Amino acid sequence: MSAIPLVPGGHIHEWHLPSRGRVGMYCLIIGESAIFTIFVVAYVFYIGKSLYGPTPQQVLDVPIFNTICLLSSSVTIWLAERAIERNSIRTFGIWWAATIALGLVFLTGTAIEWYKLIYRDGLTISTNLFGTTFYSLVGLHGTHVVVGLSMLLLVLIFTLTGHVRQEHSERIQVLALYWHFVDAVWVIVFTVVYIIGK
Amino acid sequence: MADRTLPIDGSLDLTPPREREGLLETLHSWVITVDHKKLGIMYMTLAIFFLLVAGAEVICIRIQLAWPNNHFLSPQVFNRFFTMHGTTMVFLVGIPLVFGFANYIVPLQIGARDMAFPRLNAFSFWMTAFGALLLYFSFIGGAGLYGMGNAPDVTWWAYAPLTARAFSPGNATDYWALALIVTGFGTLGGAVNVIATVISMRCKGMTLMRMPLFAWLMLVDSGLLLVTITPLTAAQIMLVIDRYLGGRFFDTQAGGSAMLWFHFFWIFGHPEVYVLVFPAFAIASEVIPVFSRKAIFGYPAMVAASVGIGFVSLGVWAHHMFTVGMTSAGNAFFVLSTMLVGIPTGIKIFNWLATMWGGKIRFRTPMLFCTAFLFQFLAAGLTGIMLAVAPWNWQLHNSYFVIAHFHYILVGAIVFNTFAGIYYWLPKATGRMMSEKLGKWHFWLFLIGFHITFDTMHFVGFEGMPRWIYTYPADRGWNHLNLVISIGGIIQAVAVLIFAYNLISSLFRGEIAGNDPWDAWTLEWSASSPPPDYNFATDPVVHSRRPLWDLKHPEDPDWKYE
Repeated sequence: MSAIPLVPGGHIHEWHLPSRGRVGMYCLIIGESAIFTIFVVAYVFYIGKSLYGPTPQQVLDVPIFNTICLLSSSVTIWLAERAIERNSIRTFGIWWAATIALGLVFLTGTAIEWYKLIYRDGLTISTNLFGTTFYSLVGLHGTHVVVGLSMLLLVLIFTLTGHVRQEHSERIQVLALYWHFVDAVWVIVFTVVYIIGK
Repeated sequence: MADRTLPIDGSLDLTPPREREGLLETLHSWVITVDHKKLGIMYMTLAIFFLLVAGAEVICIRIQLAWPNNHFLSPQVFNRFFTMHGTTMVFLVGIPLVFGFANYIVPLQIGARDMAFPRLNAFSFWMTAFGALLLYFSFIGGAGLYGMGNAPDVTWWAYAPLTARAFSPGNATDYWALALIVTGFGTLGGAVNVIATVISMRCKGMTLMRMPLFAWLMLVDSGLLLVTITPLTAAQIMLVIDRYLGGRFFDTQAGGSAMLWFHFFWIFGHPEVYVLVFPAFAIASEVIPVFSRKAIFGYPAMVAASVGIGFVSLGVWAHHMFTVGMTSAGNAFFVLSTMLVGIPTGIKIFNWLATMWGGKIRFRTPMLFCTAFLFQFLAAGLTGIMLAVAPWNWQLHNSYFVIAHFHYILVGAIVFNTFAGIYYWLPKATGRMMSEKLGKWHFWLFLIGFHITFDTMHFVGFEGMPRWIYTYPADRGWNHLNLVISIGGIIQAVAVLIFAYNLISSLFRGEIAGNDPWDAWTLEWSASSPPPDYNFATDPVVHSRRPLWDLKHPEDPDWKYE
């Protein structure tokens, strides 16, 4: 069977389609946003509806330092993205490691906050509606931070063993998209939990 | 026509001859596969298998309801069966059908060699299959602390607070929630994959406005799934937190709200109906033009209507909750938004009719199913508009009228067009035609059975028979109608068995199909049947919406008019 060329109906000069990695990650982000929306709606709906304490006003401290750390990790990962595009792998590694460090500081901060809430204030997930919605919303975000950090750590290991090169910048940027998303969600969680809900 | 070979770029078969594999090797090759065609077939097999299982469950339900004071099933088993029937049909039949069709056909139609993420594709399928296993394992493993054979019995929407530990002890409800979380991840992966495939894998010249409507509808469908299956997952996580960690989300005694679950569930649940019906639209949009021998009427309007339905369907969920009690402003909003869906849907029906109008219609089996679909979908839409009127809804909600309405969509539209799609594309997947004679038997029996069952059901609903009742006293005037409904159900079951026989026997004895048995126009018909692993040896290039028409009619190609 031989191939007969078609008569072209107008020339097709260039054929560029969006990268599938980016499209896939954007789709995942849309889906994840819907999950967070449901948890945020539940949190907002139940503000002030707990029948007994402790209430957010009594026990919550605004985690400003934590927030600054997490949000600045978006800047450091962006610097890392720029570095790998320019093929300076060393700079990339430094900024990437800084991102991970900032993420770890955030997680540690959350751990300290939860320790205080559980052991000093006696607030657990089953205490009241505030406990249920607080731990599930902040915990859902924390889970995303943990997943993100594990992937970032994987890339760091590959960088240290010399497997990351400039041609991987596309993939690195797709992963960074996820991290930016995790940071952006924190802005909403922070606003809802520590500003509106308090 | 059947042996026509199409000399399109990329249709060459370069597969080296292979030796016959043993059974174990064949099985192994299916388990480890990341090929979109094999995964598509696996999704379809899963869906058809569970269609038979859930069908058997509902036949038991119908025998139980056939006459008053019957004791064919115990009340407990009755509750489990209608819960499992609904859950299975939606999550293990409807959604796998979406991905079965999308997986097999979309890459072939857009001239791609595989999906965007083949391994994610395999992962998604196995998550769905694992979820199915979890759900059905509950029959033997869900006993928990009391009793044997304890499948979930909380209905497929599982209203709070029935699902609380206090009211649903044992593990059956946990299996239900976990199964939906697990299949939900599979669905999310599948949706991401279809979108990335359609956006990023189209062959040269396949612009979005040249893409077959099937691919368009699957794109919109997957977009809808992204934002509907995830709220369900979120709600199920909350339910598991409530059940396992003592959370208070739906605990009314701690100030929690059962209404919140209603909203969360139907934010998923109503768009889900559109998710399930989109493949039916997609199949109609391919089958009707081909068998009417005309290009689809109003292609841009069809695309716009599909996207429109997708958006509007996200804002109608609370029409499932008129009887729960909302503010009158809430009622008015959801009445109007629900009626709004009628507009793009109407556009679609008119365009399909206009495609048939003046065409040289060939009533082969796929076309028969699609024609019946048009009428039944219209009728279902009209009862839908009736139910969208809040006062009417207060009267008829939770009666058999509602069951008749949504089964008119689920069976009359979705199952009918699923059959159409299988008759239409199975020759591509297996290389053999299904029997036309058995196909006609299947169609007519199924059509007659369908109308006997579901037309009658509207009237039982008018007479006030509520849903979910296990049995009824003899003096309510429902006796004969219920018997008629059950007989119709059995006729449908016979038709489905004919279909199953037809499908299996066609694998061995079917007429050889050739590349293009229906003289169709989209790219999948240029590949051999079954297509080689790589689909197209060289990347195809297209210049119009009907690349194979251009090829068959070089003197009058489509691209001159588009």
